[in-house]
Amino acid sequence: MSDVIVEVTGMHKAFGSLEVLKGIDLSVRRGEVVCIIGPSGSGKSTLLRCVNLLEEPNAGKVVVNGFELTDPDVDIDKARRTIGMVFQSFNLFGHLSVLENLTVAQRKVLKRDAAEADRIARDNLKRVGLLDKVAAMPSQLSGGQQQRAAIARALSMQPAVMLFDEPTSALDPELVGDVLAVMRQLADEGMTMLVVTHEMQFAREVADRVLFMDDGTVVEEGPAANVIGQPRHERTRSFLHRVLNPVHATEA
Amino acid sequence: MAMSRRQRARAVRGVQYAVLVVAVVLLVVLADWGTIRHAFFNMEAASTQFPEVFTSALVNTVIYTALGFGLGLGIGLVLALMKLSSVGPYRWLATLYIEFFRGIPALLVFIALGFGVPLAFNLRFDIYSTAAIALGLVGSAYIAETLRAGIQAVPPGQIEAARSLGMSQTRTTITVVIPQAFRIILPPLTNELILLTKDSSLIYLLGLTRDEFELAKFGREGLNTTNSLTPILLAGLAYLIITVPLGYLSRYLERRTGRKQDEGLKVTA
Repeated sequence: MSDVIVEVTGMHKAFGSLEVLKGIDLSVRRGEVVCIIGPSGSGKSTLLRCVNLLEEPNAGKVVVNGFELTDPDVDIDKARRTIGMVFQSFNLFGHLSVLENLTVAQRKVLKRDAAEADRIARDNLKRVGLLDKVAAMPSQLSGGQQQRAAIARALSMQPAVMLFDEPTSALDPELVGDVLAVMRQLADEGMTMLVVTHEMQFAREVADRVLFMDDGTVVEEGPAANVIGQPRHERTRSFLHRVLNPVHATEA
Repeated sequence: MAMSRRQRARAVRGVQYAVLVVAVVLLVVLADWGTIRHAFFNMEAASTQFPEVFTSALVNTVIYTALGFGLGLGIGLVLALMKLSSVGPYRWLATLYIEFFRGIPALLVFIALGFGVPLAFNLRFDIYSTAAIALGLVGSAYIAETLRAGIQAVPPGQIEAARSLGMSQTRTTITVVIPQAFRIILPPLTNELILLTKDSSLIYLLGLTRDEFELAKFGREGLNTTNSLTPILLAGLAYLIITVPLGYLSRYLERRTGRKQDEGLKVTA
């Protein structure tokens, strides 16, 4: 298998007349953590959702883990098994307990038997520090716990790559740390990750590579220390200035 | 002396109560209680109705309704999924069916099925099949719309999460959407069932033998033989014996599934 897990070439996406992605190229190697930053409306979430085809690109090619997703004949369900997705709004199944949230797709999609699915689910709950919540319903958990359970749910499918769509944006500030800690631990374990985030410190410390997107294009790309530490483009600089000093955002 | 807001509200409420009390008193004083008792609460007439009003008529009403509702739920689910389909002709067909059967009186469906179809196609169903088909056709149109609304009320994020885990569209519908839609549609679905219970009275049009009588027909037969409205009153009470508990059952189920979602479910290790 090739060393490149995610390969996006020449991707365009428009919603009606609104052009959201204007020719994106992106590749993520095995074990690499890539963070995508940029202002809202820049197309970064759409890009991420195109990587597992929740949104269908209008043009371009997406290859993930050997599956060409943009091929109309691809078995999309089979391809998605290898792509973990974590949403901003958690999206745990409200009618199922935490344990069932982690086992349902293992059972129904991967056809694992109950004992194995259960064991893998518990291993992953332990990984995210929620082993004591197996029997809880999602609504009984805090936002941070729900998001960690959602991460464990995705991990239970043993994906080749994890996609994170602003995983901490819907959380109270004091709960962000727990989720970021889990993500950092995943990165340390060698998981391939593509993360859309507003957490600049996380991007700086954890990402191997950072992409700055604005207005549907990748403006700047490189090691975190360069893109966040010494941005070359004016647009990157002004974005970082606004994000890092929100109180003084309007001062040049 | 000007009244404060609260005093004025209290005065208005006092007047409303006074009017209500006067109306009740007038009714009690002016009504011809002897005639009313004879017409509606005639014990002799009532006694002729037992026990068949429960052992036969009520049971028949429940059976006709249950058959019709079962069929209606089946057809309704197919129609709802057709309406939500990405295939155009499925949507059009479902819309056509729903508009048609929702828009015509149930009475016409019963007549068509009871007299038209046997004449036109030389087909003859027994009374239970006819009742099930007629009520099913009428009920399914309403049920389909209820189910569609319930399915659409499930947040899109739930579907995206399921698809991201590699579930197919069908698997997602069965495992994630329908169980969550169930709680949403429970109250309106109970309404459909209650409406259908009452619509089952139209079966008299098909011509029933005595042990096939449902409640309304049974009551009218009683009216003819006893010359008293008491059997009608009894039939009405018997309907309430079916419909009122249905409402409570629906609320109970709604609370229970709600609790399962809100308070946690015991998971066997």
